[in-house]
Amino acid sequence: MSKMTLKTEGDTQVIVTRRFTAPPEAVYRAHTDPKLIQKWLLGPEGWTMPVCINEAKPGGKIRYEWTNAKGHGFHVTGEYVELEPYTKIVHIERMHMPDATPDNRIETRFVADGNGTLMTMRMTLPDAQTRAAMLATGMERGMEASYLRLEEMI
Amino acid sequence: MNSLDAAFSALADPTRRAILARLAKGEATVNELAEPFEMTQPAISQHLKVLEDAGLIVRRVEGTKRPRRLAKAGIEAMDQWLAMLRKALAKNYDRLDEVLAGMEKHKRGEKR
Repeated sequence: MSKMTLKTEGDTQVIVTRRFTAPPEAVYRAHTDPKLIQKWLLGPEGWTMPVCINEAKPGGKIRYEWTNAKGHGFHVTGEYVELEPYTKIVHIERMHMPDATPDNRIETRFVADGNGTLMTMRMTLPDAQTRAAMLATGMERGMEASYLRLEEMI
Repeated sequence: MNSLDAAFSALADPTRRAILARLAKGEATVNELAEPFEMTQPAISQHLKVLEDAGLIVRRVEGTKRPRRLAKAGIEAMDQWLAMLRKALAKNYDRLDEVLAGMEKHKRGEKR
């Protein structure tokens, strides 16, 4: 069975869960330390993140810039809303392709689960249309994009 | 028969992928499709033509309206890119597993 699940909820949310064999503290750090984020938040093979700004405090700035060997690139900007070390992160982000997409509010929770952590990421978009567009533009990104199955979309 | 290449090149554009995602939720007219994208009707029509030529969508005649819906190839293309997204996300988290394993090793090393 896959360790990851993803589904849509209602008209505006996307929910991803994933289990890790590390304690919540470590998983939380890997989500907030720029040096660690640059190692894994990369999407499809071949992409790197040369710029990673991540000020893990309420109101702190987020800026991720990705690029690939062909010179294609795009970036995400955002702000932190709330952080509860090692259990919860709430932040807003938008993609620039190059126009900014509507705000995506993302709540990420880390809960101890046996020897590891269960992460639940809940993304809330302003409306159903924005969610559909995000899922579509997520093709390059392959991250908080769509993980829903087609039958759930229809 | 439309080639897979035409489908992929049609899908290379984010607006066209967004149109497909919208059509995955059901049939829509050109006006309905144009509205959320803040694009003119001719601009949307141009995108619809590319999608149609690639065999991803089909049109129906209903009075003066020409509602579009996903063709079978469109549904398969959607399925494929959703699978790609799932794979890319899974890849991120597989990399995160390695990062976490590295952190754990580092921590043990410090204690020694």
